[in-house]
Amino acid sequence: MSTATTTPTSNVTKRLGAIGKARELGILLALVIVVIAATAANPNFLFSADGWRDLLLTPSILVLVAVGQAIVLITRNVDLSVGSVLGLTAYLTGRLFIDFPGIPIIVVFVIAVAFGGALGLINGALVAFAKVPAMVITLGTLYAYRGINVLWTGSDRVNASDLPKSFLALGTEQFLTIPILTIIALVVLVIAGWYMKNTRGGREFYAIGSDPAAAELYGLRVTRRLLTAFVLSGALAGLGGVLYAARYGTINSQAGSGWELDAVGAAVIGGVAIVGGVGSVWGAAIGAVLLLTINRALPILGIPDFWQRAVVGVLIIGAIVLDRVLAVRQKRKLIEARDDS
Amino acid sequence: MLFHKKTRVAALAALAVSVALVATGCAAGDSGSGGGEGEGDGGNLSITFLPKNLGNPYFDTSNAGGEEAIEEFGGTFAEVGPAEATPDGQVSYINTLTQQGVGAIAVSANDPKAICDALNEARDAGVKVVTFDSDTNADCRDLFVNQADSEGIAKVQVDLIAEQIGGAGEIAVLSASANATNQNAWIELMKEELAASHPDIELVEVVYGDDDDQTSFDKTAALLQTHPNLKGIVSPTTVGIAAAARYLQTSEYKGAVALTGLGTPNQMREYVEDGTVTAFALWNPADLGYLAAFASKALIEGDITGAEGDTFEAGKLGEYTVGADGVVLLGDPYVFDAENIGDFDF
Repeated sequence: MSTATTTPTSNVTKRLGAIGKARELGILLALVIVVIAATAANPNFLFSADGWRDLLLTPSILVLVAVGQAIVLITRNVDLSVGSVLGLTAYLTGRLFIDFPGIPIIVVFVIAVAFGGALGLINGALVAFAKVPAMVITLGTLYAYRGINVLWTGSDRVNASDLPKSFLALGTEQFLTIPILTIIALVVLVIAGWYMKNTRGGREFYAIGSDPAAAELYGLRVTRRLLTAFVLSGALAGLGGVLYAARYGTINSQAGSGWELDAVGAAVIGGVAIVGGVGSVWGAAIGAVLLLTINRALPILGIPDFWQRAVVGVLIIGAIVLDRVLAVRQKRKLIEARDDS
Repeated sequence: MLFHKKTRVAALAALAVSVALVATGCAAGDSGSGGGEGEGDGGNLSITFLPKNLGNPYFDTSNAGGEEAIEEFGGTFAEVGPAEATPDGQVSYINTLTQQGVGAIAVSANDPKAICDALNEARDAGVKVVTFDSDTNADCRDLFVNQADSEGIAKVQVDLIAEQIGGAGEIAVLSASANATNQNAWIELMKEELAASHPDIELVEVVYGDDDDQTSFDKTAALLQTHPNLKGIVSPTTVGIAAAARYLQTSEYKGAVALTGLGTPNQMREYVEDGTVTAFALWNPADLGYLAAFASKALIEGDITGAEGDTFEAGKLGEYTVGADGVVLLGDPYVFDAENIGDFDF
């Protein structure tokens, strides 16, 4: 990035932008191929009412979590606690409806998002002030939050009949054939995408992730940005928790376990580099859709159960290899551009 | 339920409750020795239920069944137990009960070995030990009241799906994980039962939802899309059946594809009431507690010793015979449907 300041910027930034777009376009293309292949094998995949709904509905919650994860990854950190935050807020959501009958749905949303944000703030504070690597801190809170969840839930669980019908309807209802959950995820995605691309705050996340020391020297408020990133990730996982409750109706103490890996996987597949500073929330969102759509397409394509995970693993490795190839090519082009000028 | 909520407000509350429960335990012991006055006609019929943990709706139901039985034959019922289902959490309760000299302990073991020593001390002191729901090693108890055997579980599910789809057509199984021992054993028995009794039903696929909501959702969707002629799904796991029901509930296949399997009433209430699911099976925990109480009584009164072939009367449930290894089988699983689901809360 520093080369940009010493070269005519237009040329380099144009090329950089093109590569970035190509990355997201590539993932989008892969997604389209998966959908076409599955639809060719079984037209119901896309053209039945259930198929169309599932295509949009299934990835919606992961999109939210992956967007939060992408923001954290871009700052060269990682939030491994999102699955536990999601599970804990999902159970909180159920408890709120059980313990306060008639509580307005919007209040539950606000409480759950605030609760998720608070859990994220704990992560952020530990990372920003204690200066311990985020992977260690959030691995710790992954277990700690899940432990609280197990302590609180025990062998009990929230059942669909405990939740109000209007809330459960949120999880499956459609507006002009688009599920409500998908609309919520899209709105969040557009706002986050705009914020990361066009605002000073958003660009500072990239600056911190590209070179934390330089960002500090330059006088960016690194601590504040890190806190913001983790609070956003926690709040989005909290929002995901409410929607999880609405969609599945059954919440036990293990809700959302393993989601952190799906979220990181989605972001990485979508072109967000694990070393920070690169990628976009759009990529992460498309990665989330691709990851879950592949999961749904493989059984329909007749790939035996036992191979499905292996295929997903191959795709993640493929995405990383592609990432690496693109990064090398980008570096070469940057050097060429510098030499040209 | 109010009590149930309290335990979860905070660990502190749980602690307070446990203390209260120890106190209750003492009280039970007192009344137990009081009941000892009637010992002339058969022994000390003070029976204490020790579930895996308290505040668990499943055990609330089984203990209520035990209490009903004990009232019928005029014994003294008590229940004590830890707030958390930890392996060694039950030991201190067993020791206390031994000191109090209760007639029998009906326990659902959190661990097959951890509570063995404590139970054997109790037996040396003349306390009869009956396990129910979850067994210990066979040498630490007098009897095990088994809720269901694999054959019964497999058969009831096959019978339910056969009835719901009219005895012919394609069905699929949505299981837990691919290496789940129980589920795999049941599925094998279900295949045998299908081949033997329902040759017109074809089991087209077994898929694994990993006891995860999302995976079970996806596998249900894939089943419905890949097998357009599918008439029924059997899910022998409580997570799977609830997820499949939630998917079917809002799907175009609702009512067209039957769903049954093993589930709990609270989890399935919503789907049975709106017609997504007609009937599903599990054992009846109330009957389990009821039988455990009568088994304890038979042991206390010396009618049986726990040897194979012993028989005893269990009130409304009829006569039972002790099988190999001191196991008493409750019977066929219980079928829940729209008619009776309202009677259960677990």
